[in-house]
Amino acid sequence: MSTRRVTVTECPGGPLLIRGADEVVGIDGTVAPVERAVVALCRCGRSDRLPWCDDSHRDRRRRKKP
Amino acid sequence: MVHTLRARPHAPHAVPEPRAMGDVTYPLTDRDFQLALWVLYELHYRGFDDVEDPDAEWDPLLMVSRAALERTFEHAVRELVREAPEDAPTLTDLGDTPAEQVTAALVRMTARSGPSGVAQFLHRRATREEFCSYLAERAVYHLRESDPQSFVLPRIGGAAKVALAELQYDEYGGGRPDRLHQTLFARALTSLDMPTDLAPYVAAAEGATLASVNLMSLFALNRRLRGAAMGHLAAFEATSSLPCERILRGARRLGLPAAVEDYYDEHVEADAVHEQLAIRGICAALVEDEPALAEDVVLGATACLAVDGLAGEVLLDGWNARRHPAHDAGHDVGHDAGHDAGRRTPAAG
Repeated sequence: MSTRRVTVTECPGGPLLIRGADEVVGIDGTVAPVERAVVALCRCGRSDRLPWCDDSHRDRRRRKKP
Repeated sequence: MVHTLRARPHAPHAVPEPRAMGDVTYPLTDRDFQLALWVLYELHYRGFDDVEDPDAEWDPLLMVSRAALERTFEHAVRELVREAPEDAPTLTDLGDTPAEQVTAALVRMTARSGPSGVAQFLHRRATREEFCSYLAERAVYHLRESDPQSFVLPRIGGAAKVALAELQYDEYGGGRPDRLHQTLFARALTSLDMPTDLAPYVAAAEGATLASVNLMSLFALNRRLRGAAMGHLAAFEATSSLPCERILRGARRLGLPAAVEDYYDEHVEADAVHEQLAIRGICAALVEDEPALAEDVVLGATACLAVDGLAGEVLLDGWNARRHPAHDAGHDVGHDAGHDAGRRTPAAG
């Protein structure tokens, strides 16, 4: 039986890229299923789609979204 | 060009260069010019039902015509890049290795672009009709989404090839035909009772929109420009998530069908991943392998921002002209929108 490889790659100033994971458990215990081969995990806390990165780290305005 | 292909399926097809180029003053917005080039490129993608000659794709005389159009197009793109508001960064100032330099350059270039003027318009102001006109315009790309970049796969090697394949796998649905991005877009069109074949959209598209799509084919179908193709992809992906989020909110504001939201929703997350794959996985690895391509990668990224910015300005000008028909809006609007506001035709990759 082969073991599946799970890797985490740091992107400077950006998210963590995760390959091979099945789910991400959030701070409040919510389980987010991983539905693509590579996912980007937010590290800046500004994403509106936590735990996923939505590129908000690029948005120069402070978070204020209707 | 279309007429020739239909009327004389087996005859020689060359468009003499002087005639093809005769009265083209600005190829980047010239609809006839861009349409001719688009038709020639399309022979390499899905072709045309009414072009019966299966050999048209590699017809030597059509190749001659394409090369002539491409020379003019590439020249105009390089001119536009040279005039781009922010000068292309000097790579050697940005790091020790070509990979570091290219990564820093791509991050810096794409960091300037907030949500484009087009995305802001769709988010806050667009009517349903204007939103649909945007989808119709972008259909020219999204119904063939990611196909140009697939031509680059055999042209690069090693880690860059692996990363491009990984990105394309996601674009092509990650193993699920119902998640193919082209299909997601077609489903959005269907939900609005819009056709899903390309022809009517190409027939109505702005020259600059066709140029933004032709640019990808120019880079992807000429091996010498493979670095530019990947730089273009990186800039495209890195300036997609935030605009897609705006467009998604515009779709919600207008109460558009779920399939429209689904397309843009998918791209907020997907393109945040693709941006990292394209910059760090593809472009950095490519120039590590082939350092001589570093300048081309930056050229491709700059060209993406400039040409897509131009296409965005044309769309904004058009919407404003239709809202304020009293003014000569071609001049009225573009300026306060300026190069910055129109910078990116928000798209999705």
